[in-house]
Amino acid sequence: MTEIPVQLTVNGQHRSATVEARVTLADFLRERCRLTGTHLGCEHGVCGACTVLVDGAAVRSCLMLAVQADGADVTTIEGIASPDGDLSAVQAAFRDCHGLQCGFCTPGFVVSMTAFLHDHPSPTDEEVREALSGTLCRCTGYQGIFRAVRQAAPFDHGGEP
Amino acid sequence: MKAAPFEYHAPDTVADAAHVLAELGDSAKVLAGGQSLIPMLALRLTVFDHLVDVGRIAELRGIERRGDALWVGGGTTQALVGASADVASTVPLLMKATPFIGHFQIRNRGTLGGSIAHADPAAEYPAVAVALDADMEVASSKGRRTIAAGDFFDGFWTSSMEPDEVLVGVSFPIWSERSGFAVEEFARRHGDFAIAGAAVGVELDDHRVRRCAIGLIGLGSTPVRAETAEAEVAGRPVADVEADVVGRLAMVGLESVPDDLHGSAEFRTRVGAAMVARAWRTAIAEALDD
Repeated sequence: MTEIPVQLTVNGQHRSATVEARVTLADFLRERCRLTGTHLGCEHGVCGACTVLVDGAAVRSCLMLAVQADGADVTTIEGIASPDGDLSAVQAAFRDCHGLQCGFCTPGFVVSMTAFLHDHPSPTDEEVREALSGTLCRCTGYQGIFRAVRQAAPFDHGGEP
Repeated sequence: MKAAPFEYHAPDTVADAAHVLAELGDSAKVLAGGQSLIPMLALRLTVFDHLVDVGRIAELRGIERRGDALWVGGGTTQALVGASADVASTVPLLMKATPFIGHFQIRNRGTLGGSIAHADPAAEYPAVAVALDADMEVASSKGRRTIAAGDFFDGFWTSSMEPDEVLVGVSFPIWSERSGFAVEEFARRHGDFAIAGAAVGVELDDHRVRRCAIGLIGLGSTPVRAETAEAEVAGRPVADVEADVVGRLAMVGLESVPDDLHGSAEFRTRVGAAMVARAWRTAIAEALDD
């Protein structure tokens, strides 16, 4: 099969490679970029563990081919904390609120909620639950995750900063 | 599972895409947002020698008023459709259907044209297109043609598009101000395909039903209209119409209601009637409020 050249930015770093067309963005990130923080659970778009930001939008990296990301700016869980290692507000809130246990789904939740809170800085409880519905957790339970998102939201719903 | 190998093509224009598809015949498949096709390839439910990615074609994206209709480019993402003020003000049914599609991460990639061309009877946009009598604009190397929504859906995951055609855009008729719209679904988990659902539009003339459109979701091998119910309520004073009766009538004459481990046909029909009734009430309330 023909290999296709791709160039993209991952966590601020330029990457170029040639890939088979069938390689998903998730496999490209894990195997070619060695960024194994992007987890693969179901590999068919249900669990959400593989969520990354593509040009700022949260997407399932198992449902996107690496060749489709040619020219894109990708952020994975490894690019969420600040360069000096300080946790982002979402990451810190997950730690504070026991929003993780085994940690397998956590990259998907943190990346998804980073995008969600960027677009909805003052969400209602219902909006938070709706946004969380696209990612599956099988051990912590969702209450800690929900509280983490509530804590990370810069403003309470309808309230003042 | 990983997809079987395929060759990848990424044309920049509709004309180039049509040309590639004409050359490759039915060994090729159009790749839009990939939110259905990529998992199907990964699970090896389907295999193609070639994928023609239309995601880089600018002329497939956009939302614009064209006469009495709103044209939405096939490559427009569901996220953009759901967030568009033009869609909300001119084709509210489309806007209201959007949050039921998967989850926001799916809608960021999934496209309107991909959803309609995929022709899943349990999907939302096909049901909206059928309910509103939308027109599908398709292109091939032989030229362009328009397919009415009523002639578009042939069967489960099957449309009347030819393998060498691209869905360029869909035109949704704009209804008058005295209209109301609602979408209701019942799913076991949020974001799943619904057990049954309904997309309902009503337009009033004074306090009578001037027209009514009921698109059924997940209740056949294609999205279908509830024609018996629509005919029954047309011209009737709103106050004389009982929502539960509309729901029951909407289930008359349904063939091939799915019957599987997610729900028996009988259960789905009962849920469908309830969803139609619920959507009817909401749509009527909205129409009376205008």
